[in-house]
Amino acid sequence: MPRSYIVDDPVKQQFLLDREALVSQTVLEDERSRIFAKSWVYVGHSSELKKPNDFVTRRVGGRPVIFCRDGKGEIHCLFNTCRHRGALVCTEPEGSRRSFRCIYHGWTYRNDGQLAGVPGAEAYRGEFDKNALGLRRPARFEAYRDFWFLSLDPEVPALRDYLGGATDYIDLVLDQSPSGRMEIVAGAQEYDVGANWKLMVENSVDDYHLPTTHSTWLNYMANSGVKIETPKDGMVLPTRGLAVDLGNGHFTTDNINFRGRPVAAWIPIYGEEAKPEMDEIRRELVERLGPDRAKRVADTNRNLVIFPNLVINDGSSVTVRTFFPEGPNKMHVTAWALGPVEESQAARARRLDAFLTFYGPGGFATPDDVEALELVQQGLANWQDVRWTEMSRGMGREGDQLNSDEHHLRIFWRRWNQMMEAG
Amino acid sequence: MPEPISRADVEDLLFREAALLDEWRLEEWLQMLTDDAAYYVPPNDHPDGDHLTTLFILADDIVRIRERVKRLMSPECHAEYPHSRTRRLISNVRIIGTDGDLVTVAANFVCSRFRRYERVREYVGAYRYLLKRQGAELRIKERRVIIDAHELGSLGAVSFIL
Repeated sequence: MPRSYIVDDPVKQQFLLDREALVSQTVLEDERSRIFAKSWVYVGHSSELKKPNDFVTRRVGGRPVIFCRDGKGEIHCLFNTCRHRGALVCTEPEGSRRSFRCIYHGWTYRNDGQLAGVPGAEAYRGEFDKNALGLRRPARFEAYRDFWFLSLDPEVPALRDYLGGATDYIDLVLDQSPSGRMEIVAGAQEYDVGANWKLMVENSVDDYHLPTTHSTWLNYMANSGVKIETPKDGMVLPTRGLAVDLGNGHFTTDNINFRGRPVAAWIPIYGEEAKPEMDEIRRELVERLGPDRAKRVADTNRNLVIFPNLVINDGSSVTVRTFFPEGPNKMHVTAWALGPVEESQAARARRLDAFLTFYGPGGFATPDDVEALELVQQGLANWQDVRWTEMSRGMGREGDQLNSDEHHLRIFWRRWNQMMEAG
Repeated sequence: MPEPISRADVEDLLFREAALLDEWRLEEWLQMLTDDAAYYVPPNDHPDGDHLTTLFILADDIVRIRERVKRLMSPECHAEYPHSRTRRLISNVRIIGTDGDLVTVAANFVCSRFRRYERVREYVGAYRYLLKRQGAELRIKERRVIIDAHELGSLGAVSFIL
């Protein structure tokens, strides 16, 4: 039975979340059909398939898929399961292949999905049509600027319409590159977190937690020579940042940078020798984009959530991060680094080093985020006795909404709740 | 000519390091490193990668190693407070190269990590060390930790010194 999991009271300026949403197996099953099957879900990036016949395999929402480029250069997303008896037809994580052959009985598929060969095909009579037995694919598969998404819902709006205002922020990230093209860097970070997947959505944009959860990272920045201003005027962060509603359940933070950015905001960690090249990167930005847009690219940072589960963090470096539930209390995270295709080796090395100052399972911040989410999940074992999560922060604020409030978290939960209620 | 470095010398160093790390005596552990030491954990999917072109799990120069130790010893390092209990077993130690005062060493390890009241997390892999003879003692110039698992998965993080 559809029901609401939120109390959203504009008069009392109160927003509460029923903690059952974060612990229940039934909720998870409903999410699979009502959220994941009705949304656009990130699959991969064109740059992971550099040449014709390149492929990678991965699981998207629990479904094994082959993300591949055929011999003509067209990109496909194929369900990795033989039409005969169901086995995976590709078991390698990545590579280059013109065809995929099932090891069980030898059915062979071209990398555009077509069934090319069936050993002993003459034994089949009647309805057996080889042309109708290609690898199946999701109902929809579309890209925005090299970011490929699938949808299991044939009626979902076109990807571009679905993304709405999020495209402006994707464009802003990609403006780091002179050609407007960025690539996924080799080396994926894949790890489990013992927490509900929706807690990662919240954590990715929640800047309220930065001073407490990440005080050791702030100390590291300060020790390395980054000037961290004391927050003023009731703020909790050194610089002002906003939370922006992008429509359709997407949202972003939009912050004045204080932490250094490989795209042209130097901090001492990068080393003196980096200065001339970073000056040159900034000069190119100004020349190409004009001074205002260049400042926007270099001197602001943002964490963007594409509903339901794609995060692009353009902060200490750029990371593309996606995560899927593996149970109400567990998620699997995959994160990559993204960099301009034309970046010099020195700039790329700086970008990767900057990534590791904050992000990932060995970073100075992400492990503490993981700890916070796991502590939340463990605390939620009390959900039946302590039912409501308090998420009203900043609810009465007029005008611009702050990154350290919970406006953007409420955007997520309203959208999520609406889709769950719609059934 | 100094005495050639023996496997026993290398094992003494690795076992001492293991004890310091397992006992969280990280300040003492820092004393085992050269002033230009580096510490790398390559990504599971590109164990042979180069940290300049591949996203690692961890790639520290000596400055960041020292900062990492400061962080790890702080009660504000939430992922490791209270500290994980670890126990590492090191074996199959081999000297695989010698070049002047530098020695390249390979070893296998199993590192069991216990975090609060969780069941064990078992990190299995290979160590690659570059050791440097400095006066009468051996110091660690580079340590590279290659994890065998295809992905970190349920290991979660490398939030302690592995």
